[in-house]
Amino acid sequence: MNRGLYVLFRKELADHFRSKRFMIIMLIVAATCLAGVYSAGLGIRGAVAKDTGEFVFLRLFTSSGGSLPSFATFISFLGPLVGLSMGFDAINGERNGRTLSRLLAQPIHRDAVINAKFLAGLSILTLMILTLCLAVAGFGIILTGIPPTWEEVARMLIFMVLTIVYIALWLAVSQLFSLLFRQTATSALACIALWLFFVVFVSLFAGIIADGLYPVTDQSPADTVVKNYNLKHNLNRLSPTLLYDEAVVTMLNPGIRSLGLVLTSQVEGAIPGTLPFGQSLLLVWPHVTGMIAATMICFAISYVCFMKQEIRA
Amino acid sequence: MAGDIIIRTENLTKCYGDFKAVDELNLAIRKGEVFGLLGPNGAGKTTTILMLLGLTEPTRGRAWINGHDCTRNPLVVKSFVSYLPDNVGFYEDLTGRENLRFTGRLNGLEGEALEERIDFLARRVGLSGAIDNQVGTYSRGMRQRLGIADILVKDPQVVILDEPTLGIDPQGIEELLQLIKELSVTDGRTVVISSHLLHQMQKICDRVGIFVQGRLLASGPLDSLWEQVSGQQGQLLELAVEPDNPQLREILGRLPDVEEIQQEQALYILKLKKDIRRELAGVLAKQGYTVLHLRMRQGDLDDIYRLYFQQEGVA
Repeated sequence: MNRGLYVLFRKELADHFRSKRFMIIMLIVAATCLAGVYSAGLGIRGAVAKDTGEFVFLRLFTSSGGSLPSFATFISFLGPLVGLSMGFDAINGERNGRTLSRLLAQPIHRDAVINAKFLAGLSILTLMILTLCLAVAGFGIILTGIPPTWEEVARMLIFMVLTIVYIALWLAVSQLFSLLFRQTATSALACIALWLFFVVFVSLFAGIIADGLYPVTDQSPADTVVKNYNLKHNLNRLSPTLLYDEAVVTMLNPGIRSLGLVLTSQVEGAIPGTLPFGQSLLLVWPHVTGMIAATMICFAISYVCFMKQEIRA
Repeated sequence: MAGDIIIRTENLTKCYGDFKAVDELNLAIRKGEVFGLLGPNGAGKTTTILMLLGLTEPTRGRAWINGHDCTRNPLVVKSFVSYLPDNVGFYEDLTGRENLRFTGRLNGLEGEALEERIDFLARRVGLSGAIDNQVGTYSRGMRQRLGIADILVKDPQVVILDEPTLGIDPQGIEELLQLIKELSVTDGRTVVISSHLLHQMQKICDRVGIFVQGRLLASGPLDSLWEQVSGQQGQLLELAVEPDNPQLREILGRLPDVEEIQQEQALYILKLKKDIRRELAGVLAKQGYTVLHLRMRQGDLDDIYRLYFQQEGVA
C-alpha cells in the first residue's frame, strides 16, 4: 500500500539532490553561516581569554563577531528561503509539466503525492540543518579548543529541532501556494512576498497598531507603556520569524530568564544565574507548539485542497 | 475473448455547477475491441475518462471496469488500466528510461525484470536509440511513442488514450495508429480512444460512440451507426454544379424523388427518397450544367458527425 509513497519519496529526494536550485541555496546558506561562525569564533577566542564565561560553545551560534551577523540570525533570515525554494513549484510544476495526470493514473493513493513531497522536503532540510550545525560545532571546537558540555549539546539539539520546524513551516506554506496558484512564478512571488512581510513588515505594522491604540509619550503612565509593549510584542509573535528568534535565543542563551517585558518589581530579590535546561525548554514550549501547529494547519489545508482539486488542467 | 463487456457505465453524470459535462452516460465496451469516443472539444470525453479512472468523482451514476467500481476501487482499476493523457508530459530532465523506470516502480516492478521490460518496450515503439537521452530533447512524436511505452509498462488489460494523435505529423500518425491497432490485435488489450479526428478513428476503431454536449448520441460499429442515423433521415446527396444560378433550384425541385433542398455554402444538399444520381446527372447535363461534385452522404464519420450536429443545431 505504501509502495507509491516510498517510490515517490525516493524520486523527490533524487530530484532535490540533483536540482541546481537546491545546490545554489545550499551553497548560499552554508557560505554565509560558516562565515558568521568564523568571525564569531575569532571574537570568542579573545573573550574566553579574558573571562571564564559559561556556555562558550553556544556562543558560536549566537554571538556576532565583527561585521557579520550570527549563525542563528542568518538561519532565521535565510531558512525561510530554503523552505520556500523547495516547495513553491511542488504541485503546479507537475501540473504545468503535464505529468500530474500521468502520475495519478498509476495505482497510487492520491495523497501519496503530496505526502511524499512534504516528507522529502522535510528529510532534505533535516539533513541540511544537521550537516550545518555539526559542521559549525566541529569548526567551533577547532577554533576555540573548548569541548561542549552535555547541556550545551542538548541545547544545540533543541536548536536544530526548532530550526527544522521553522523551515518546515515555510515548506508547508510554499506547498500550499503551489496548489493555490497555477503558475510557478506566481506562487514563487507570493512566497517571497509573505516571507518579506513576516521578516520585515510585521514589526512595522505591529508598532503602528500598538502606538495607535496605546499612544506612548514621555508622560504616559506605566500601565499604557506596558499595554503598548505587550500588544506590539504579541502582534509580532504572529510572525513565525519572531517566534523562532525568541525560542532560539532562549535555548542558546541560558542567561535569558523570561521573554518580554520585566518590571523592576519582578526582578527584585532574584538571584542572578542561568536557567537550567528544562526551564529554558518550558519557556519556549509555546513557541515550538505554535510553529508545529502552524505547519500542520498549512499542510492540512494543502492536503484537503489537493484531494478536492480537479486533475485536469 | 470479444463479446464480454469489460467497461460499463450506468447513468454516469458529472456536473460542474449548472453545467453538465457528462449527462446520463450508459456505455458498454467489449473486451478486446478498439472503441472510439468521438466528439468535438468540450463534449465530455476527457471527463468521462477521468471518471473511469476514479480521478474525478461522478455526480451521479456508476462505472465499472472488469467488475470493479471505478469510484470506490480506483487503485485496483488503475492497476490494470493505463491512461495516456492528451499532450502527455514527462520529467524533462530525466531520460526516457528513467521516466519509464519511475512508472514501473510505481506499479511494483523492480530491478532486472523492469529493465528488460523497458528495453522491450523501447524496441517496440521504436525508441531503442533514444531511450537513454533526456526527454527534453525528444520531438513531439517521440514523446507520444514514449507515452505508449509508458502505458504499457504495467502490461494493462485496458488502455485509454486521450487524443493520442494531436499535433503529430501525418507520417507519425500512421505509425502511431498502427501501434495502437497492434495493442488490440496482437496483445488482445481493450483500447478506448477519444478523439475528434474522424478519419483516423475510422481506420482503427471497431466501434465508436458519438459524444455531443455530454451525451452519447449513438454508438455501434461504423456501418450500423449510419443506418441508425439515416433511418429517419432519408438519403442526403451533396451536389455542386456550374453555373450556380437561381433556375437550378427550380430544376431540382421538379425532380420527383427530392424531398427537400438545402444549401451549405457552395453545396446543395438534397434529401432524397432513393438514389437518383444517374437521372440527376442526365437532367443536369441536358440543361447545360457541369457537375463539379456529386456524392451520397453515408458511412463516413464526417457525415454522421455533421448530421448529428445539424440535429442538435450545434454546428
